[in-house]
Amino acid sequence: MTESFSFDGTVVTFRPGQTIGAALLATGTRSWRTTRRKGRLRGLFCGIGVCFDCLLTVDGTPDQRACMVEARDGMEVRTQQGVGRAGLAT
Amino acid sequence: MLATTASDRPTRAPDVVVVGAGIVGTACAFAAARAGLSVVVVEGGAIAGGTSGAGEGNLLVSDKLPGPELDLALLSARLWRDDLAPWLGPRLEYEAKGGLVVAPTSEAAAELGETTAAQRAAGVAVTDVAAADLPTIEPYLAPDLAGGAHYPADAQVQPIAATALLLREARTLGTRVLTGTRVTGLLRAGDRVTGARTPSGDLPAGAVVNAAGPWSGEVAALAGVDLPVRPRRGFVLVTAPLPHVVRHKVYTAAYVGDVVSDEAALQSSAVVEGTPAGTLLIGASRERVGFDRTPAVPVLRRLAAQAVGLFPVLAAIPVLRTYLGFRPCSPDHLPLLGPDPRAPGLLHATGHEGAGIGLAPATGALVAQLLTGEHPELDLHPFRPERFAA
Amino acid sequence: MPGSPPDPYDVAVVGAGPAGLAAATTAADHGCATVLLDDAGRPGGQFWRRAPGTAEAGTDPTADRAGLGRVLAGLLADLGRVDVRTRHEVWSVQAEPAGFVVRAQVDVGEVAVRARTLVLAPGAHDRQLPFPGWDTPGVVAAGGLQALAKEHGVLPGRRVVVAGTGPFLLPVAGAVIARGGTVVAVAEAGDGTGWLRGPAALLGTPGRVRDAAGYAAVLARHGVPFLRRTGVVEAVGDHRGVTAAVLARLDGAGRPDGGSRRTVACDVVATGWGFTPRLDLPLGLGCTTRVDRDGSLVVAVTARQETSVVGCFAAGEATGVGGAELAVVEGRLAGLAAAIRLGNAPSDPPPARLLRRRRALRRFAALLHAAHPVPPGWPAWLDGRTTMCRCEEVTVADVDEAVTDLGATDPRTVKLLTRCGMGWCQGRICGEPLARLVAAMTCTPYDPTSMATRPVAVPLTLGALATGPS
Repeated sequence: MTESFSFDGTVVTFRPGQTIGAALLATGTRSWRTTRRKGRLRGLFCGIGVCFDCLLTVDGTPDQRACMVEARDGMEVRTQQGVGRAGLAT
Repeated sequence: MLATTASDRPTRAPDVVVVGAGIVGTACAFAAARAGLSVVVVEGGAIAGGTSGAGEGNLLVSDKLPGPELDLALLSARLWRDDLAPWLGPRLEYEAKGGLVVAPTSEAAAELGETTAAQRAAGVAVTDVAAADLPTIEPYLAPDLAGGAHYPADAQVQPIAATALLLREARTLGTRVLTGTRVTGLLRAGDRVTGARTPSGDLPAGAVVNAAGPWSGEVAALAGVDLPVRPRRGFVLVTAPLPHVVRHKVYTAAYVGDVVSDEAALQSSAVVEGTPAGTLLIGASRERVGFDRTPAVPVLRRLAAQAVGLFPVLAAIPVLRTYLGFRPCSPDHLPLLGPDPRAPGLLHATGHEGAGIGLAPATGALVAQLLTGEHPELDLHPFRPERFAA
Repeated sequence: MPGSPPDPYDVAVVGAGPAGLAAATTAADHGCATVLLDDAGRPGGQFWRRAPGTAEAGTDPTADRAGLGRVLAGLLADLGRVDVRTRHEVWSVQAEPAGFVVRAQVDVGEVAVRARTLVLAPGAHDRQLPFPGWDTPGVVAAGGLQALAKEHGVLPGRRVVVAGTGPFLLPVAGAVIARGGTVVAVAEAGDGTGWLRGPAALLGTPGRVRDAAGYAAVLARHGVPFLRRTGVVEAVGDHRGVTAAVLARLDGAGRPDGGSRRTVACDVVATGWGFTPRLDLPLGLGCTTRVDRDGSLVVAVTARQETSVVGCFAAGEATGVGGAELAVVEGRLAGLAAAIRLGNAPSDPPPARLLRRRRALRRFAALLHAAHPVPPGWPAWLDGRTTMCRCEEVTVADVDEAVTDLGATDPRTVKLLTRCGMGWCQGRICGEPLARLVAAMTCTPYDPTSMATRPVAVPLTLGALATGPS
């Protein structure tokens, strides 16, 4: 049974124990975030949860580190634009 | 280390030595330099390394009751808006965002109404806001508040940039700045203060301005005078960057009571505001614990709880860091501003508690007037530094 | 475990890497009620990378791989008497009259764990030096690449340039090769492996020499150029990420020779400049620190691994970067010292062989630091547009403005004026480089302390902070 999560609507399969970041990199996706000031692309950098560059939104919760969150079947993962809580803006 | 900015060594002693390169000291230096005086600023640490670097950069009239401090604040707010903001430019991040004071109960709302009436009569722009209208002004406020007051004139600047910019402008006018240089003594000729002593050498001067914030009492002691300035610790929580969630500086009416309280124990009330960078700053706590820098977890919890009480949506928002500072407080919570009759040649510009950023331009202007012999544009009697002497 | 957990514990160990594992098992061996906390989902730390379900040797190049692998496997198997708390992100440690309180975020709540004594073994992460284009996707930390390769079997690209300094570059290159990728070049900023023929062999650490020679042989077999006195001075890319790396020869101080610049196609640049310890918790507790010879801020400890805070011990990279075996030795000494302090072990001198091993390994680490310094000429790699702070997108030009226009003379003032170090990572990546750059710009001594102080060691929500336990 192949487990998968959705990434911006696309299906991404993963091996048990892989992080979301690892699974995305395995598909050739290298960036999943834009910075809030200059709109630059970012993906994974330090890989061990220290740099907070690899943030994306998982099941509606923003600012999740892709390199730390273990992928689970059925997760809904989205790229994060800027601060990632655009819905809050007044 | 003595570092000069002018290529020539000065051939005569400066008119004034300013002790402290925080917002008040640099405002004094800039005002004095603009008035044509030669100035040396002496700072024991780094520019804005003390209280000025540990606040939120607010320029408030909303938290002041009618009286001398409000008069000082109104003058200062005008100077920020009409004089310094245009002069110092966009790096200052001057934002006339306005303040919103909220009352949690109907009693508090009634009291707030009395306060705003008095403030209005004293020249403060303020509008009472009914509970039903609060969501229009601040959509994310908790729904159970009893009322509020909107102060359009409350503003904010980036306080470290403000300090550095004032100093840069003063330097352009010939001011010398010595950082990493503590004042270890004051030069005397009889009773008169004739300059400052540092580990790098003596600085004779026409006058010395004590703008050392919470350390002003130590500087005054070098002249043998008692200046009862005590530190009052405050913590600030800083969130992750957010989109525009909080529009004004928002705080509960209890804040004003906390400012004037003499309690040594923890006083805290909810204060929440945004910044241009997108982070939210959350305060405000006041404790008399000397200069203790240990993070007090119960205080941090209280600040977090109060913020979430005011803006429930913040419960899910991460705190990235916290910092603390020591406000310089006098026994009657008014600044100490003016010449010291016990030590002629020594002027004090301190004791601004949590209002230093807002009150700095007026303080600077008044100090410059005192130094040049002009008549001060405000009555300084309530701020006289010797008022606590027996 | 049956019954309710001890409150307080005898020993709380923060960090379940080699040092923490050794400290916790040693303390438990002496009958101490011990709790071990770590933010990861399973113990092992950074140096111990294995695919889920398999037990591989540790990847520390300064270790005898097979031997250390056995030791670490033994420690992991020995955790039965230790209360292991994974996914606990410790945000604060404070001293109390009866010991210490460790506050950790768990899921979206918070717990407070109390213990009479404390061992801090927070480990380290790759040191990074900003360079033009380092914020292009595809530029990764050497340690991050290794974690992806060994723990997840994934490479972020097929053509990799490994760059920086230090013996760690070799196993990273090896991991790429093992996963079928191509290592275009390894660019070592220092002299290279001169220490291989030097006193190392005389220091009782022949295993290290064997390991490094082993890695070098792998590279040679695959025709991977090992370029000494060379650095990646720019990463070039398009909207999808890195497409090439610019290599340049470096002089003795690490300044690039512009005329030697050449571009090589690649899609990954993995960089590492040694390691820098995570000092948030020791600094928060007020432990005395010092700057080690590799420029890292480290915790000062006594011969028994005790910090300046009574009852608080530190072990592993936090006391000075020196590899996994040294971490195990220090962990054992710290666990023993905690047990002695609690009266659970006689206060005899520590075992002589542990002290000898620590001495030898520290000497070897010092040798490596001397052979692989952070190049003082690194600021010459930068131009005004180079990103200094990734989180807040602060450039070198912004830092320059703070210093030359606004009169900042120290890193903290630069941070407050530019926001460098005030983003999500709170200066963990840019703090040391900023301190180096500001020292160079202002001709003041290098001081990383102000950038390393973080009273909140991991982000926690306002809701969790508001409702957490006392």
